[in-house]
Amino acid sequence: MEVPILKQGPVLIATFQAALSDADLNQLRSALVQQVVRFRSRGVIVDVTAMDVMDSFASRTLREIAHIIRLRGAETVIVGIQPEVAFAMVQLGLTLEGVATALDLEEGLAYLNQKFKTMK
Amino acid sequence: MAKRDESSELLRELVAHLRQNRTQLREEWVGSISETRLLTAMTKEEIFAEATSVYDSYVEALETETFEALQAYARNLSERIIPRGVETHEVVGIVLLLRDVLARSLFAKYQTDFKKLNRILDAYEPAANRIANTVAVGFVQERERVIRQQQEAIRELSTPVLQVRERLLILPIIGVIDPQRARQLTEQLLRGIRTNRAKVVVIDITGVAAMDVTVANHLVQTVEASRLLGATVIVTGLSPEIAQTLVTIGVDLGKMNTVGDLQGGIEQAERLLGYKVMALAEPN
Repeated sequence: MEVPILKQGPVLIATFQAALSDADLNQLRSALVQQVVRFRSRGVIVDVTAMDVMDSFASRTLREIAHIIRLRGAETVIVGIQPEVAFAMVQLGLTLEGVATALDLEEGLAYLNQKFKTMK
Repeated sequence: MAKRDESSELLRELVAHLRQNRTQLREEWVGSISETRLLTAMTKEEIFAEATSVYDSYVEALETETFEALQAYARNLSERIIPRGVETHEVVGIVLLLRDVLARSLFAKYQTDFKKLNRILDAYEPAANRIANTVAVGFVQERERVIRQQQEAIRELSTPVLQVRERLLILPIIGVIDPQRARQLTEQLLRGIRTNRAKVVVIDITGVAAMDVTVANHLVQTVEASRLLGATVIVTGLSPEIAQTLVTIGVDLGKMNTVGDLQGGIEQAERLLGYKVMALAEPN
């Protein structure tokens, strides 16, 4: 299942609908990277509220997305990680190092707006 | 088979005898309960009322040779008397007293026919012992259940997650942390972050004297998990021993935000949240 990517001003929002296959994740990565360039976006929010499992592939892909997008000159925030998922991830050593995280979409947007202000 | 039939026959005779002399035997039993100063937490009337129902359940268990009803009654009784401070030895004591009172009455009844007395006792004793067993086990089980419930309650109480300002939580931890409590703590904290939409959490461990490696690791994981929810954790009040443990297990101190005491922690949290606290007037 393809992940829809919405454009909201200078921000792209990708919302995970349910557990995704590895192919879907790869597709999301290339789609996001392309669209960041096309729309000249300054921020990306990946909303994972619907995910109740996060395996090592998914977490590695999220990290890669964040790093690639930084190289493209934009910021990434992962939002909506569930408490149980967060603790399970940490126990597996998947800590998303160097990636910004926020509680939910609202917090993620607030974080990016703050960033944009300081970047100006 | 014949032996079993005979035993049932004898038990029937026994039950008839116990039914016939109910009033007198019950009085005798209640008398010996107060004599031996058991159940001092209860009034005379209460003891009498309970004794009556225990007596009837006892006779019924002898008659039917099934113990379910008695077991249920024992549990029910325990539920009522445990909160009043009745001890295990008292419950076992009164059941054994009843056994003795009844045995005495059997001696009195069959004293002329020694052989029959022997046979009656053969039938009576195993059943009576089983009854005593059932009641005692029922009582102890109920007590254990109460203890488990209280432990649960204490654990719940011992890990409060408190909101001190908009988006700022504090989690004061006091006492020994075992792995189970650590897990519960993490769960409550992560849930608290979500429900209070917290951005900063101050975990104060001034009240924790020592921490083993497992729990220290767990603390670090809690800090990381909180970050995944978008909250910054500040740990305050680390004792020298705990600091030593954290260094020994090689915690990446870049990930851990530590401040000396709770006050300092809250002040830093306020800075992170953009608050500025100032005195409006001199305190008087």
